[in-house]
Amino acid sequence: MTDLPGYPSRRSFLKATAAGAALSGLALPASAQQVPQPVSLDDYQREYLNAEEWAFIMAATARLIPSEGDGPGAIEARVPVFIDRQLASDYGTADDWYMEGPHDASAEPARGWQTPLNPAEVYRQAIPAFNDWCTQAHGAVFAELSVEQQDAALTSLQNGDVALAPELREFWGILLGNTKEGYFADPQYGGNHGMQSWVYIGFPGARAAYREWPERHNVKYPLGPVSISGERA
Amino acid sequence: MARQEKKKDVVIVGLGWTGSIAGIELAQEGLDIVALERGHDQDTVPNFEYPQQIDELKYGVRLKMMQKPSQQTLTVRRNDGETALPYRSLGSFLPGNGVGGAGTHWNGLNWRPQPVELKLRSHVRDNWGEQIIPEGMNLRDYPISYDEMEPFFTQFEKVAGISGYAGNLNGEIREGGNPFEGWRSEDYPMPPLPTTYDASKFRDAAKAMGYHPFEAPAGIASTAYVNPYGMQMGPCNFCGFCERYGCYQYSKSSPQTSILGALKRMPNFEYRTKSEVLRVELAADGKTATGVTYWDEEAGEEVFQPADIVILSSYQLNNVHLMLLSGLGEAYNPLTGEGTLGKNYAYQMNGGVSMFFKEDNFNPFVGHGANGQVIDDFSISQNDFGAEGFIGGSYWRAGTFNGQPIRNMPLPKGTPSWGAGWKQGIGEWYGHAMSIGSHGSHMSYANNHLDLDPTYTDRHGRPLMRMTFNWQDNDLRMNQFMKRKMEPLAASMNPDIMQAGFKDIGAQYDVRPYQTTHNTGGHIMAENAREGAVNRYSQTFKAHNVFAMGAGNFVQNTQYNPTGLVGGLAYHTVHAIRTQYLSNPRPLV
Repeated sequence: MTDLPGYPSRRSFLKATAAGAALSGLALPASAQQVPQPVSLDDYQREYLNAEEWAFIMAATARLIPSEGDGPGAIEARVPVFIDRQLASDYGTADDWYMEGPHDASAEPARGWQTPLNPAEVYRQAIPAFNDWCTQAHGAVFAELSVEQQDAALTSLQNGDVALAPELREFWGILLGNTKEGYFADPQYGGNHGMQSWVYIGFPGARAAYREWPERHNVKYPLGPVSISGERA
Repeated sequence: MARQEKKKDVVIVGLGWTGSIAGIELAQEGLDIVALERGHDQDTVPNFEYPQQIDELKYGVRLKMMQKPSQQTLTVRRNDGETALPYRSLGSFLPGNGVGGAGTHWNGLNWRPQPVELKLRSHVRDNWGEQIIPEGMNLRDYPISYDEMEPFFTQFEKVAGISGYAGNLNGEIREGGNPFEGWRSEDYPMPPLPTTYDASKFRDAAKAMGYHPFEAPAGIASTAYVNPYGMQMGPCNFCGFCERYGCYQYSKSSPQTSILGALKRMPNFEYRTKSEVLRVELAADGKTATGVTYWDEEAGEEVFQPADIVILSSYQLNNVHLMLLSGLGEAYNPLTGEGTLGKNYAYQMNGGVSMFFKEDNFNPFVGHGANGQVIDDFSISQNDFGAEGFIGGSYWRAGTFNGQPIRNMPLPKGTPSWGAGWKQGIGEWYGHAMSIGSHGSHMSYANNHLDLDPTYTDRHGRPLMRMTFNWQDNDLRMNQFMKRKMEPLAASMNPDIMQAGFKDIGAQYDVRPYQTTHNTGGHIMAENAREGAVNRYSQTFKAHNVFAMGAGNFVQNTQYNPTGLVGGLAYHTVHAIRTQYLSNPRPLV
């Protein structure tokens, strides 16, 4: 990736952020210092997830969007916080959805969400079921596996090779979907910490004003993102 | 016992585009009008304000401007042999919620149908013979012609504030416009918007192949504009938040931007939100309506609203549902062909090609919903149905419309969907992809229809509506034809990678991915009560004081986004009410 002139290397910025709250301010560019450092993920007060679920979400999102390579990983972006808060919200409880029975959870996937469970309940029931499968297949719960075993277990989950009850079939889809949402959503929802994912791909976030840009053809937009609350990066 | 409100001259059910048009035009007659809106109130200020509106998660993903299935939804099955299951969370289509309806969260693509699309059965019969019409296709003419509709298309375009360049001005074909469009009595109210990089690449490639590119007609202001009601629009800044959002800067055409401000100032108009109409009440003789019964959400009770005229202007699906529940016609039976309500439900057949250019910067977040260059060289009026083996056509468009990364992250096939490979892919390709879309017609079939579900009910205990819908070979063949024509054009642009996405023969309807909110038919227009639910003035055959507006009137879907035809038909209807019906209420002929 190319670093922008006048900006610190994004690699070094990301590594510094990844190192956690203890290094706060030391290696961060001036613009990012406006972002208050939140509590570390270890000290975060969970709103929905229990300890087993939190350990799973921390481990799983860290493989779905790993820290290695260019760009932030899910952990640096604080995706687990996003997921916890979403599951505690009206998304987790499916308040907007039609959840009346009868349900046919075994209907083919093209028929849409048909489980009687809401997303929060799917996580609650699927995580222990998947951990049981990991224990049988790989010898330990997901969070305690090696990264290679974790990647293999997630691949099995993705491919439908983990025998989950039909009511839990949506688990892989929402786990991956919610992880990406937490990576790219506005930081007010707890993820995309410091707008690192927006910086990484070059999305200007909530700027939403490009009057002079339609006819600047093939010129890369130079400004970094802003968030809804006014943070800059 | 329902509370009863004071009688009104007109009750309007649903305050989106057509309800707003009916409201302001009939209010100008001095009629006493109330509009009932199921959802909440909303306006540019304070509801669409910057920066709160620029929130992909809330509006783009969690769909907070849309109808909540917990409030109202339907069931879906793909054929009569399947058990219909509820559309529990929104996917394939997104009906709106609240004041402004779908007219608030649309993309702003404003098209007129081609003249032959309104007389499609005749066009087929005259050129190839009726024997090319596949069995089961309910191909029909609209009971109205383009020439009759032209003044009303023009009127809607002036009110909505459309940007574009006329390609056919009173029969004169003009370079730079669409040479295949129907004639226009006047040019667009505003000039076209500027052309983004991806659109310019498409335009140049299309020209080189002998096609006829033009700027898409946009319900997006290119300049400052004041419409006939005195409503003001300001030029778009390409913020990239049109579809699924309200416009924060008065640039996108919407009921709020174009009509409601003026309408709310009229003393003989009032509207009530959180008021969901449960049924239209018919008089004892069954020939007229006496008013509507609605659920007052705040009071928690049913209310009877008497009125002399009932305008049904909710979303197409909800209009059909309400008419089925109210007995405003007989439910369509696909086996016998009897009945009309729910008949000729249609959708849209779309496809496209994605192209990846390593060295090019498209800035995908710089755009608007109706952005881009278009060609109509493969439109309905241009295709040889007899030779190609399908009835239909599409328009093609390229133009950035949003770069919101949760939903708009095109990646080359083979890129992993997670892990290190995915993360590398998004860094490598975000901003370096463009696409050409094919937006195609969808015919009507005996197999695709709407009725009441036998099992599932809504929060009021009413049966949900049931949709029976699947893709049909005719439209899939059209789609494959577009693929064959589009791939060489895309290849001529020399992308590093390109990939096509067109449904093929055998494709089954999948309710999960968003496809389009262009649901049409179900209370179609016809010459007589045997063939349709409403006449050419959107007046129901069942009760002459009930008018049902919107895309439910479409006898089959056109190849275009429906709003231009919906708006034109609404002005045609209110013109008939003003000039013919009020002085002598009766079935119009």
